[in-house]
Amino acid sequence: MSSVKLTTTLRKTEQKGFAQIDANKIPASANAFRSKALLAYQSAALPTTSMEAWRRTDLRNLPADLFRVFTDADPRSPAVPVEILQPVVDDHFGGQLVVTPHGTERTVGADLESQGVIFCDLRTAEQNYPELVAKILGTLVSPEESVFAAMSASFAQNGAFIYIPQGVHVKQPLHSIFWGAGDGLAFINNILVYLEEGSSLTYVHESASPKESADRVMVATNVEIHVGENADLRFVELQSLGSNVWNFSHERSRVDSNGKLDWIFGAVGSKLTKNFSDLDLAGEGAWGRMSGFYMTDKNQHLDHDTQQNHFAAHTTSDLLFKGALLDSSRSVWQGMIYVAPDAQQTDGYQANRNLILSDKARADSIPGLEILADDVRCTHGATVGKLEQEPIFYLKSRGIPQKEAERIVVEGFFDPIMQRIPFEGVRQRFQDAILQKMKN
Amino acid sequence: MSSLVIKDLHVSVEGKEILKGLNLTINQGEVHAIMGPNGTGKSTLAYTLMGHPNYSVTSGEVWFKGQNLLEMEPDERSREGVFLAFQYPVAIPGVTVANFLRTAINARRRAANPEDKGISIPDFRTMLKEKMAMLKMDPAFAGRYLNDGFSGGEKKRAEVLQMAALKPEIAILDETDSGLDIDALRIVSEGVNALSGPDLGVLVITHYQRLLNYIKPQFVHIMMNGVIVESGGPELALHLEEHGYDWVREKYEETA
Repeated sequence: MSSVKLTTTLRKTEQKGFAQIDANKIPASANAFRSKALLAYQSAALPTTSMEAWRRTDLRNLPADLFRVFTDADPRSPAVPVEILQPVVDDHFGGQLVVTPHGTERTVGADLESQGVIFCDLRTAEQNYPELVAKILGTLVSPEESVFAAMSASFAQNGAFIYIPQGVHVKQPLHSIFWGAGDGLAFINNILVYLEEGSSLTYVHESASPKESADRVMVATNVEIHVGENADLRFVELQSLGSNVWNFSHERSRVDSNGKLDWIFGAVGSKLTKNFSDLDLAGEGAWGRMSGFYMTDKNQHLDHDTQQNHFAAHTTSDLLFKGALLDSSRSVWQGMIYVAPDAQQTDGYQANRNLILSDKARADSIPGLEILADDVRCTHGATVGKLEQEPIFYLKSRGIPQKEAERIVVEGFFDPIMQRIPFEGVRQRFQDAILQKMKN
Repeated sequence: MSSLVIKDLHVSVEGKEILKGLNLTINQGEVHAIMGPNGTGKSTLAYTLMGHPNYSVTSGEVWFKGQNLLEMEPDERSREGVFLAFQYPVAIPGVTVANFLRTAINARRRAANPEDKGISIPDFRTMLKEKMAMLKMDPAFAGRYLNDGFSGGEKKRAEVLQMAALKPEIAILDETDSGLDIDALRIVSEGVNALSGPDLGVLVITHYQRLLNYIKPQFVHIMMNGVIVESGGPELALHLEEHGYDWVREKYEETA
């Protein structure tokens, strides 16, 4: 069975690789966590469709026994394309971090460093700031959640680390990119972000790889975000992996009292994605908004599993995910709003809208509410619709050709998501993706 | 001269024949009105001329500027100069009036010249402002989503705005008076009249005579059961106003 192979192969090969890279470098705190995660990994199996969270995402074709992590013997990945390095928020970045298997490039403004802002790759953070890493690593995503969470926790080759001290407002956005390519390789990274009380930040992250490739590649990422009291984070996550990539991620953000998280997702890449994104509103008055854009074509399969957890009173969550599907592609959105017994006077909203652009495409949309408090307002909606003929005919009757008419209707469909994204550059990336995918 | 020539047109919708051999010629500069009771195929004629995929032409011909209109896609027909003001304009959520119009104008320019870079933003703004002023439209209207949540009057005004911006050679107005109060009717009609002239042929499709008080046709046709049964001058419309459609039904329904 492939699940056994995945665990044994990665364990055998990568324990070695992992030890080579890190034996003397990983601080004791991180090591203890990674060793514990390794135990979880060793006892975990590949998920099957009999598990509720994986019911619509079948991993039987995952060449699990193939994957290993990058070693110096592997060929170098191609250079990161310039367009990915461009700022999508503001004119320039306060700092940029490009993490590739053979090294990290980093630029951070001196003004930020003098204020105590830390923005570096995970390896560096573990060496230089072990206490800060320990404040967040493994506190939100448990290695027990799945074999991929355990893999990311135990084998993380690298990642991004951000720490914003109390009261510091980072004016220019930070930008990180994970990039890698190579047949049979697994790229395993962690993202750790910690905002202290009253601080603020805009953070853009992109996971990317070459678009056209026959290589078999796997990406596994754990993302842990802590937004302290009265802190304010805008987090834009872009996923533009090649259509050859198996992509798995476990993400959880915790927002403390009166903290704010504006969380934006844009997914256009990968062969298959299974993403878990949880918003934990942990303190009174915490606010979180999740906005998702996805567009799939060919045989892509994107599965987003979201959870809005209201653990405290007077918390607000607002989720809107919108997707359009071409060709034989498939999307799954499964969302849950949970309201804890004490989380009175909370306001939760979730909506998922899908536009099917081909007879062979399919979107599954499964909203859910679990409300244990009695004084709350929670609403949800889910729709799957097809491109209608009448708007297309109307546009054509004004001289607009069929393809362009379809694109206009699709852009109009996505407009509510665009309205929620306060960054022109990000909107432009989404527009470009629509254009690109609908050109074929 | 741009002429629209319809010869013995038969059209079916979902297997049911609606137009049963319709003949009509409209020359540039002429204003024609087609009147008739509900269900005689007036809107079918409008949709067929624009090329709606649900309307299948089973026999007959339609020529425009010497070209076979029936072989063209709706967007080609539009770019050739055919315009349909819809009875029920379709909402396009998320697409503003301005963006939509600019796309439509640029599609024309690109069809004429593939190298065309499109209308410049200042030129477009000036043009739009001017046309909107003519139709007494609030400039904020340009930023609204096309037909989305528009009142009946706003929709019809938006149709005439599009007509003004796209400068067709033949305009078909399908029940443009429906859903309009007198003020809106006057504004819309004035808009159409302002666009009329030697370069534009107009086909007004209407159930009621009242629109023809504002848009004056030189030719009036009465349609019954999928064919034109009477043609005449403006006096025919006035006759209908006075006597209703009963005399037409009596005269033609037995034979139909």
